[in-house]
Amino acid sequence: MEGKKWRLGVPRALFYYYYGSWWKAFFEDLGLEVLVSPPTSKEILDMGVSLAVVEACLPVKVYYGHAAWLSERVDALFVPRLVSVERKSFICPKLMGLPDMLRTALKPCPKIIDSTINLSRNPQKGLETAVRSVARTLGFSGSKVLKAKEKAEKCYKAWLAKQREDKLTAGTTENPINIGIVGHGYLLYDRYLGMDIPHKVQKLGSRVYLPENLTDDEVEEACRVLPKRLYWTLGQKTMGAVLNFMERDDIDGIIHLTAFGCGPDSMVGELAERYARRCGKPFLLLNLDEHTGEAGLNTRLEAFVDMLTRRCSA
Amino acid sequence: MKVTFPHMGNLWIVLKTLFTHLGLDVVVPPPCTKRTMELGVRYAPESACLPLKVNLGNFLEARELGADTIVMAGGVGPCRIGYYAAVQHEILKDLGYEFDMVVFEPPDVHFSEVWDKIKYLNRRPWQEGVRGVILAWQKACAIDALEQQLHRLRPLEEKPGQADLIFRKALEKIDEANDRRSIKRVYKEAESELNNIHRRSINPLRIAIVGEIYTVLEPLVNLDMEKRLGRLGVEVVRGLFISRWINDNLFKGIMPLPNHHPEKTAPPYLNHFVGGHGWDSVGDAVAFSRSGCDGVIQLAPLTCMPEIVAHSVMPSVQQDTGVPIMTIYLDEQTGEAGLQTRLEAFVDMIGRQKNNSLNKGIINI
Ligand code: SF4
Ligand code: SF4
Repeated sequence: MEGKKWRLGVPRALFYYYYGSWWKAFFEDLGLEVLVSPPTSKEILDMGVSLAVVEACLPVKVYYGHAAWLSERVDALFVPRLVSVERKSFICPKLMGLPDMLRTALKPCPKIIDSTINLSRNPQKGLETAVRSVARTLGFSGSKVLKAKEKAEKCYKAWLAKQREDKLTAGTTENPINIGIVGHGYLLYDRYLGMDIPHKVQKLGSRVYLPENLTDDEVEEACRVLPKRLYWTLGQKTMGAVLNFMERDDIDGIIHLTAFGCGPDSMVGELAERYARRCGKPFLLLNLDEHTGEAGLNTRLEAFVDMLTRRCSA
Repeated sequence: MKVTFPHMGNLWIVLKTLFTHLGLDVVVPPPCTKRTMELGVRYAPESACLPLKVNLGNFLEARELGADTIVMAGGVGPCRIGYYAAVQHEILKDLGYEFDMVVFEPPDVHFSEVWDKIKYLNRRPWQEGVRGVILAWQKACAIDALEQQLHRLRPLEEKPGQADLIFRKALEKIDEANDRRSIKRVYKEAESELNNIHRRSINPLRIAIVGEIYTVLEPLVNLDMEKRLGRLGVEVVRGLFISRWINDNLFKGIMPLPNHHPEKTAPPYLNHFVGGHGWDSVGDAVAFSRSGCDGVIQLAPLTCMPEIVAHSVMPSVQQDTGVPIMTIYLDEQTGEAGLQTRLEAFVDMIGRQKNNSLNKGIINI
């Protein structure tokens, strides 16, 4: 397919919320036309739910929906096989099989760029291998690829820095309480799937702190107390944020946002809740599935915020 | 120090032999029952996978018998099993029980590290420990070989239940056996008894069971699936056995066991390891479908990540091989009646499909 101007589809779901800026910059620098699916909507969610096996977690179903939306509009889909994005850590078994799962589900299925991304042994080499493999599949090699990679890394760094500074900490009342909200990026930042909980909590008059406001060092530092290294990248981030928020006097309570049926979170969340309970920090677990109703959710959030406000003024 | 471990099918016989030879005081947890499940479910996180819950039940029941040390397998990702011990430890702690936990961490470890942990546990000269390892391995192989015969016999017996009785008796004797000779004798005896069973001359349907190892090997959680299928006139085949588990987890795959090549059989349906047994489930489903099985049943704990991946690609396998595949998720709420109905419907369906293709064959000639 060398020389062809590819129209490449990138689903706006799962790890798009972590690496979307990297991917987009890379492909665009190579001269590809990149089509990112629109923000999650009911239509996309419903499509995903109808295509995926019932037992899959909600974020994976949503990913199916985005891929399906794109499948008729592009020449190829970018669905990397994300095994690991850092040393000795993994993401989730489901992401290791995602390209294969989609090939079974999408009929007809466009070409899928499914290069394996595995940085668990040697992050630098692993990334180079992955980048070269993606580029080769698209018909690119040599310095052009290196240049695109550099560009992508720059964009990514800028985006990361911006995300760290982007705080929802402007309180809307005079004496706002402070709530830490933890969870996977594709729940916190996908406003439809994650029901926009960070903003909802902010509107209830609270300052909101997110895992992305912490530095990697802060997360790692907080995780030192764990009995065993957490080998899930997102699990470590979630747990690190919980432990960090837990120890801080300026944080009044913690909300853990998780997807129904999430494997890693069933372990991480359980530990986090136990630790929080032991140290007396209020902790609210919100488990989202496709039947979660807006009204019920709002009530729970309001009750939690009320409780914290009362505690703080007492 | 009183050592206990989680149950998984007949694995306890093997572990008991091993630990006893290391000179340890062993508390075999009471056999898995509804009570075990209830205890585990009561204290474990609701969305945890089933093995974590039932194992927690095992530990609580073993504690009633005085156990204070748990030996179990772990892992370093990508699946949940690697964090079982940590979570269970905290749960037990909150309940006020302090256990010492010795965790074997495949697949990142080397045999030497396994050996270090064994040395920590070992109370006797190392030769005795080595003897224990060998004896335990021989027991595992004997149990697996007899179980395979049991699978073949169940659909054929004139009086259902005889083969199971012989097997159960043999298990007791294997448990007691103290050297290779007696294991062999028990095996030979059981084999000849099995051979004497009156059989019907039918050509049974063959169904392969694949999936997550705990749900495949633990009758409590699969509600005696293999026996049920046997009664329905089905011969069960499977690739997962205790010996394979020991090989994969404790010996790091140094024993050359046959029929275990997901990297060859699972592609193009699933092209990568996905944790747990997901890759094997797909690979085995393909291999068994191609080698003449009439149907495949995939078993998994509800929310099991690797098996959800496998389940998601099974439609492609089924389409290419033409062999029906049914996926069954199990949890504490799985009911016998519902399960039985599903099994009967599946067996009916593949029976009809087989008849049809046989008839077609005749017409073609
Ligand atoms: S980490 Fe959890 S939510 Fe994300 S894909 Fe895996 S199971 Fe689903
Ligand atoms: S393979 Fe399945 S049952 Fe085993 S730890 Fe992973 S999710 Fe749980």
